This record gives sequence, C-alpha cells and structure tokens, in this order.
Amino acid sequence: MSADAEPRGFIGFLDRLGRRTATGIAEFGFGASLLGECLYWLGMGRKRRQPVRLAPVVAQAMEIGIGALPIVTVLSATIGIMLAIQGIYTLRLFGAESRVSLGVAMSVVREFGPLITGILVAGRSGSALAARLGTMRINQEIDALTVMGISPVRFLVVPPLLAMLVMLPALTLWSDLVGLFAAGLYIAPQLGSSIGAYVDEMTDLVRLNDVWHGLGKSAIFAVMITVVGVVNGASVTGGAEGVGRMTTRSVVHAISAIVITDMVFVFMVTR
Amino acid sequence: MSAPANSIEISNLATHYGNRQILHNVSLTVGKGEIMVIMGGSGSGKTTLLNHLLGLKKPSSGTVRILGHDIARLSPIALQRLRTRTGVAFQSGALFSSMSVGDNIALPLREHTGLDETTIGIMTRLKLEVVSLAGFEHLKPAELSGGMIKRAALARAIVMDPELLFCDEPSAGLDPVVASSIDDLILRLRDAMGMSIVVVTHDLDSTFKIADRICVLDKGHVLALDTVDAIRSSTDPRIQNLLNRRTEDSEPDAESYLRRLIGGPAHPPPPPSPTRTPRP
Repeated sequence: MSADAEPRGFIGFLDRLGRRTATGIAEFGFGASLLGECLYWLGMGRKRRQPVRLAPVVAQAMEIGIGALPIVTVLSATIGIMLAIQGIYTLRLFGAESRVSLGVAMSVVREFGPLITGILVAGRSGSALAARLGTMRINQEIDALTVMGISPVRFLVVPPLLAMLVMLPALTLWSDLVGLFAAGLYIAPQLGSSIGAYVDEMTDLVRLNDVWHGLGKSAIFAVMITVVGVVNGASVTGGAEGVGRMTTRSVVHAISAIVITDMVFVFMVTR
Repeated sequence: MSAPANSIEISNLATHYGNRQILHNVSLTVGKGEIMVIMGGSGSGKTTLLNHLLGLKKPSSGTVRILGHDIARLSPIALQRLRTRTGVAFQSGALFSSMSVGDNIALPLREHTGLDETTIGIMTRLKLEVVSLAGFEHLKPAELSGGMIKRAALARAIVMDPELLFCDEPSAGLDPVVASSIDDLILRLRDAMGMSIVVVTHDLDSTFKIADRICVLDKGHVLALDTVDAIRSSTDPRIQNLLNRRTEDSEPDAESYLRRLIGGPAHPPPPPSPTRTPRP
C-alpha cells in the first residue's frame, strides 16, 4: 500500500500543482483582458453608445481618495516620525546625524509614501471593490446589467479604475508631504534647528525625479489594486462565505503584488 | 427591420455543464403576444434554458433566435441593441442594492436613451404606478418586502417598453394574494402592450391562470408543449405527477442504494433520484 501510495501521492501533488498553476495563469489572463476591455470602453465607449460617465468616477474618487485621507495622514505622519527616529539613531553611530534629512527625504518620497498609501488603499478600497462585485455577482446583479445591454466592465470596473488612477498618486503626494513634515517635527528640535530651516533644506533635497519615481509607482499600484479586486470579486462562487474568502484573498494578493512590483520597479529603474 | 412571426425560436438546443448534459434537443417557439410558461421540477433545466434565452450562456449546439436574430451570431453592438428590446425580471429581483428603487428603474433609460431627467422621472413613476409601487422610489431595495422587490424588478424590466419580457419565478416565495396580483399584472402587460412573455415557474396556480401555452421540461427534455387544456388532460404520468403534486417513487434498487451509502462509485446504473417533489 505504502509503496503504491508514494508515487501516487507525488503524482497527485504534481496534478494539484499543475492545476493551480493553470488557474493562476488563467487569472493573470483574465486580469489582463479586463484591463484591455477597460481601455477599450474608455476609448470606444462613445462610439458603442456606452460612454464612461463622470459622475460615478467622481463618486468613486470621493470614496477611494477623500475617504482614505484621514488614515493616510495619520499613518504617513507616523512613518515619517519613525524614519526620523531610526535615521538619527543609526547615523549617530557615524556622528552624521545632521545628514538624516537626506535619508528621510529619499525614503519617504521614493518608497514609504507610495508603499503605505498603496497598502492602505488596497485594504480599504480593493477589498470593498471585491466584496461589492462578489455580492453583485451572487445576487445576479451583474447578469441583470448584461441583459439590460449595459457592459458590466464599463459600468462597474472603469469608474473605480479611473478614480484609483487619479486618487492614488494624489494621496501619495499628500502622504509624502505629511511624512516629510512630521519627520521635520522630530528632526528640527533634535538637531537644534527650526522647522523653517528644515523645510528649506527639504526643498533643496527633494528632486522632482524622486517624486515622479514614487508617483509612477503609485499609478502602477492603482491599476493592480483595481484589477486584483475585480478579478477576485468576479470569481466569487458559493454565497456569502465565497464573498468573504475572495475579499480576504484580494487584499492579500493586492498587497503582495504591490510589494513585489515595488521591488521589481526599483530594480529596473534605479540601477 | 422585417417583423419576425415569432418572438423566440429555439431549435435543437443542447448544453452541458462539464460532461453532464443539461438540455437535450430543446425546440420551442413563442409567438408574438403569447405568454409561454416554462414549467418543470427543480433541476429540470428551466433556469439553464432561461440563461440561454438571455444570451448569458453559449449553447453546445443548436440555435436561439430572439426577435428574429440568432443571438450567438450577433455583433456585440447589435446584441446590445437587441437587449434594449427585451426585459428581464430575475427571480431574486437583482435590483442594484446601492441605488434607490427609482434609480434602479431609471437606469436603462439613463443608459440607453438621451431623455432628460424630467422625462425619465415621469416614465419611472409611470412604471411604478403600473406595478402599484408609486411613492416608493426613494427607498433602497433592502427596505422593500419580497413582493415589492419582485414588482420593482418587473417595473425595471418593462421600463424600456420591451417587445419580449422574461420573468424568472415571478411569484415564488410570495403569499397567494401578492402572487395573484403579479399574475394579473403579467396578463395586463400582455393585453395593454402586446408583449410576448416567457415565464419560468413551478407555481401551478399561476401557470394555469396566465399561460397561453405551457412547456413542461423534465430532466432537460421537452416533455410536453401544448395549450393549458391539453396539458391538463394529458395522460403522461410524469405530467400528472407534476400537476397533482404527487411524489414520484422510483423503483428501489438495493444494490446501488448500498453503494451510495458506503460512498462508493454509483455506477454502473446511474442512481435514480429517490423522490421528486415538483413543489417545495
């Protein structure tokens, strides 16, 4: 029995591995075609007599962007202060704590701003998107849209995608400003200078290039959060439990995708 | 556009879920202004057939022609235009939970017509009057009762004045009074607007009340397709079981019963379902 079960177990493992890989690739393909379809509706919607309307985009932008403002502000400030403390502690080893502003400026604008904003929005809005689409799917609301002759992609996916593409970089910019300012609140007294001098120093240190680097990343994150949320929401099966499972999955996937893409982006752009 | 004689023509439709064949060679026509009731027990393929009529599923073989168009061969834009000429009331209502009832009903108008908001508001309230839901347009679907949701869904289905209306279980889960009022509404819609209506249901009372013709589905086959009287006087035992709400006793098979109990493979003879209750 055991001699027989061993290869069977292995083949069973290969079988599962193959199936999962195929499912994963199919999901990638679905995401890509979804993105393509979004662009199609953006460009061709008017011709197909289904223009993308501004009102739902604005409503989504309020929900995704303005709604996230308080928590983004709090966390960006916290990260800024944390970086300042760690920076001064580390640089003191070399007696170089006066250079902490440079480190903080680079890391907030290039990394922590986009990253923390992306993760927050993935948790807030990516999951909401997945849950909403999943619920609509099991309630046949998506079928109802289709049989009314309204493209679900145009009606349900393009507005959050556009809103995300505008609001995530905007939130990132805000996060940069808040993070840098909060870091200054700690750094200036520690180095015995003033906030004014710190702001002066920052305007010298932060180059437009670094800001674009961060904002570019956040635009990519925006697309990924939306696509991951929609793919997971659209694949919901099995009622309320399925909605819960796919919502969790969308958050995990979106955050993983953000972190990994961040690394790849930095690798490609920075060297 | 040439006016087709029939609103729906299905010929030799077959469909599968994986390896399981759900519909076998279904052929069906629905004439203009006719109310066709598709009837059958649970699992008989009613819902699948409806999904094909709505173009939500692609058939394995066979064609579905809606208002004279083969929906498998239509271009996306032609299909979109065709869909503005049909209306669908889903079993669960499928109202958009984020919108008020009024916005739900106005949605097809807002998306497909260039009408101004005043006109859209008037038409929306007009349809709400038709389904006796006037004054409820500001409520969210979650605040409505089951019967009101069904009626609101019906209002949304007819807001574009479709030539063809599909109703999935319009009276399921409703008390007899509300169910009967929905039947009256369906009859009124046909008489007033000349719609062709396809109703999928297993509610016998409402079937006999509204149907011009009845299509009885059983295990994916068309068991009977005839007028109400002919179906009533049918001698087919399966139809009689369905009409008289008798349970269907299958001949016991001790061997396969034991096999099912120990969780073994249920072949060679596929296990007959022990009982069939046409109405829960």
